[in-house]
Amino acid sequence: MTRSFLLALGVLLPASVLSVLVALAYGSVQIPFPDLLSVFFGEASRLHSTLVLELRLPRALAAFAAGGLLGLAGALMQVLLRNPLADPYVLGLSGGASVGALLAMLAGLSMFSVSAAAFVGALLSTILVFGLAHGTGSWTPTRLLLTGVVVAAGWGAMISFILAVSPTAELPGMLYWLMGDVSHARNPYPAWGVLVVVALLALPFGRTLNVLARGPMQAAALGVAVRPVEWTIYVVAALITATAVTQVGAVGFVGLIVPHMLRLIFGNDQRVILPASALGGGILLTLADTLARTIIAPEQLPVGVITAMLGVPVFLFLLYRSR
Amino acid sequence: MPNMPPPTPAATQPHDTPGLGARSVHQEPGAKTLLATHDLVIDIPARPPGSPLDLTVDPGQCWGILGPNGAGKSTLLQSLAGLRAARAGTIEVKGQSIATLARAELARRLGLVFQTHHDGFPATVLETALIGRHPYLRPWDIESSEDYARARAALAAMDLADLEDRMVDTLSGGERQRLAIATVLTQDPSLLLLDEPTSQLDLHHQVAVLNRVQAIVGLDNRAAVLVLHDVNLAARYCDHLLLLFPDGQACWGPTATMLVPSALERLYNQRLSVGEVDGLPVFLPRNE
Repeated sequence: MTRSFLLALGVLLPASVLSVLVALAYGSVQIPFPDLLSVFFGEASRLHSTLVLELRLPRALAAFAAGGLLGLAGALMQVLLRNPLADPYVLGLSGGASVGALLAMLAGLSMFSVSAAAFVGALLSTILVFGLAHGTGSWTPTRLLLTGVVVAAGWGAMISFILAVSPTAELPGMLYWLMGDVSHARNPYPAWGVLVVVALLALPFGRTLNVLARGPMQAAALGVAVRPVEWTIYVVAALITATAVTQVGAVGFVGLIVPHMLRLIFGNDQRVILPASALGGGILLTLADTLARTIIAPEQLPVGVITAMLGVPVFLFLLYRSR
Repeated sequence: MPNMPPPTPAATQPHDTPGLGARSVHQEPGAKTLLATHDLVIDIPARPPGSPLDLTVDPGQCWGILGPNGAGKSTLLQSLAGLRAARAGTIEVKGQSIATLARAELARRLGLVFQTHHDGFPATVLETALIGRHPYLRPWDIESSEDYARARAALAAMDLADLEDRMVDTLSGGERQRLAIATVLTQDPSLLLLDEPTSQLDLHHQVAVLNRVQAIVGLDNRAAVLVLHDVNLAARYCDHLLLLFPDGQACWGPTATMLVPSALERLYNQRLSVGEVDGLPVFLPRNE
């Protein structure tokens, strides 16, 4: 375990730094690497300094933090549901956040209020999905996943409704938010705080999650207090999803692709997969956002389009392969 | 001391065949009871309450639970492990009520092998055996070389040493079952609860597993409770039997007093032929 942990960090930490450097260098204007270094360690042109430090760095850091949070949320939910298909987007959390955000936009509230409304929407959706899936019967992962999918469809209908009744001027902003958009993110530091704290707190519970992945009865027989642990995972996953969605809108599939890829490489030990998912999610979203900014520059694509184009085939492959 | 709540079929006709199954239990003075239940009624939905169970499992004992499908054998075992709430009564493990024991402490005292195993995120065979050490490790601990040595010894005991790097989802049913037993051996609790430990095993491994259980029970302060479907294996390896009838009635006592053909026929609703091999009774279903 120690070996794959060090291997994962040894690969993913440098890759994280590299992904942020790539995000700083590429865009509508390409900055050569020596010039990029001189922004940090010496004299650089005014234009480059502004571009890198005031525009690209906050955006790259916001994308990294949100991606890390989504990767971590996906990894946690997959253990909770014992199903590799679980993901905040698939489970309808992002849909709830979107409805909250759109309603705030429709009411003409400030950017901060839109974020707060997205947060409330994600939490509401979590309570709804888990509450309904719990119901009176037994609590099964399949039931939870299906409930999530259906609730997500319901949010989708509400989103269409809101879009239909919204004034035309509001639509582009709303659509961008829906497809995931990092360009509004200005202050990445709260999300970074949440990411670092949750990743560090999750580390000592990795082994407990390994045991929980064997099913609640087996976990209880091995000394895990199953109910409190499950509730903690669920609340934490909802909180970090809400934090991420608040930053970058409804970006899907990061929580699905990243843990799956990392499991193929590093195995199934949650002590490795949880921190690796945080880093891997950050790398993926940072690079995806860089691609979104450059592919049709100077125009920008919503980053959610890129993650969906990666995520949908992965999801279908997983579904096809599962029995 | 056969303990027979009425109505029981076995009390009338003690079977005094001596043998392996009825080996005398060497009990040190002052040895503590490992498991005791008081008026325990297990909870099976939509079934009237069965006999209250007053069981006492002492160190050195190997108990077998026999009964037809759906009689509540697994439910009883899981209730004993504190995984299911009982309808009534109390359970004490090493003299302490399980209601007051922390989960991790309970897992150091007793271990349970389930009939089915979930491998949603399959790990390697060695990693799977290693989770048996979970109750002993604090959150930030990493498995020590001693933990690895225990897991490897348990795998070797279950003939799985060569498979330690295999993924669990590539194992055969019997190999997976032996791995589950290796995991509980790694857990190393005082009280082993095994739910049909031999159901998917070939003849050699059935005997190997039960020999291992018998060897463990022979150590200091250990005992085992096994759900078995094979009366003949139970007769050979268990010193106490608990018969669980479909209506929830139960009777229990030393093996020699419990192996009464009429009681077993009523238990399984199946006529039996009785023979004798190596001085021990052999029960076979009679087809007529």
